Amino acid sequence: MPKGIQATIAILAALVVLGLVTLPGLRQAVQRLRSTPKTDEQSRREVMQEPISTPTDVPVEAQVFWLSTSTLNSLEPTTIQLPLSADPVERSKQLINALIARAPGPEKRTLPAEASLLAFYIQPDGTAIADFSDEISSAMPSGILSEQLAVESIARTLGANVNGIRLLKILVHGQEAETLAGHLDLYGLFPVPSLAAASAPVAAEPHK
Amino acid sequence: MVAAALVSLAQGQSTQVPAAASVQPAPQASTPAPAPQQTPTPTQPATEPPAPPQKTLAVVVLDPAHGGADAGARGSAGIAESDMVLSYARLMRISLEAQGLRVILTRQANDDPSFDDRSRLANAQRLDIFISLHVSSTGPPGTVRVYSMPRMALTPNPAIAAHTGLLAWDRAQFGFIDQSRRLAELVQIQMAQRFRGSSETPFEAPVRQLRTVGAPAVAIEVSSVSVPDRAPLDQLGPGLADGVARAVAAFRTIYESGGK
Repeated sequence: MPKGIQATIAILAALVVLGLVTLPGLRQAVQRLRSTPKTDEQSRREVMQEPISTPTDVPVEAQVFWLSTSTLNSLEPTTIQLPLSADPVERSKQLINALIARAPGPEKRTLPAEASLLAFYIQPDGTAIADFSDEISSAMPSGILSEQLAVESIARTLGANVNGIRLLKILVHGQEAETLAGHLDLYGLFPVPSLAAASAPVAAEPHK
Repeated sequence: MVAAALVSLAQGQSTQVPAAASVQPAPQASTPAPAPQQTPTPTQPATEPPAPPQKTLAVVVLDPAHGGADAGARGSAGIAESDMVLSYARLMRISLEAQGLRVILTRQANDDPSFDDRSRLANAQRLDIFISLHVSSTGPPGTVRVYSMPRMALTPNPAIAAHTGLLAWDRAQFGFIDQSRRLAELVQIQMAQRFRGSSETPFEAPVRQLRTVGAPAVAIEVSSVSVPDRAPLDQLGPGLADGVARAVAAFRTIYESGGK
């Protein structure tokens, strides 16, 4: 057999062996990518969003309001360790990010995991303005009940941990939106309960 | 002033349908004008003062929410809120028409009028009530919640109210909060009697559709589209229709007697 053909066969055989060796690894990588689909927003957040921290951050026991698993249609406070800034604006951002990112499970979640807080301001009169990404609407379970509990969870969490916020305005991608997800009116301002009042467990209570 | 508007309609006077940018009369404590003195003379027989014009509830506007490209809540089995509420509205129409009421649906098919278009339809009727129908994506299956607007969400702009005595169109519900709450109570108690697990007292929430309706208005939300098939939701239909019809009958009595 000519030497050239022998060399070609040897090279091809080496390539086949190399392929067999690397194939399982490639297959595993493809499986990993398939099993964790990420939205554009999640990918963007991973790249862009650094955890908010300020020089005044102090680990505190923060009260965060998620859905209650024991009482239907209600929120309950959960105490978590969270480094919180002394600055009310930074503190509020940290709390809302925790409300989204640290929900213990889907059954307790009030805000979509895909949503992110784009901006947050507090006006001198105590009106807070929270600007969320589009996913706060597009990924929100639709309904009066779920939308009301979502806004209530933000208001209660801010009220329980930040001083001086009286009212809350919600924007979606920098704009006033008509509704949160087809039902709840975002035209007006939502009351933010005071520290003491916010700490109590709350239901989407019927009015008396 | 709202009462005056209702009175003028009952007397057959025409009114203009408010446009989206127009304003609506704000409610005011009415001060009865002194009645003109009637002195009977031999040539002019004494006449009884005219009876106050009767307020008659004539129309129910049913609002199957969403529609068209907006399916509203959608369950994993493909159940769409927009389809369910339309079928509920058709059943309610039959029950309400049996009481002699005129029933108007804000949509008859799979289209999607805007919030303001739906409100405009209701506000053009006067002497009506408005019921918006929803099916949620969450909540205990088979339960029903009834909502009216909270007062805080509708506080009128004091500058406009003080200057003109008028209420902005975008807060038209402000003058009807008490009546809406009463209607919500009556509907919710009917739901509690029919659907186990439903509250006996109604809820308050700033529901967008209700804000621009200048009439007693409530939203009814059924749980939920998150069921394996639509049969359980279809089974709720007759009970919903009957409960709403009974609640409207009770409200009609209160409404027409001038109570709250």
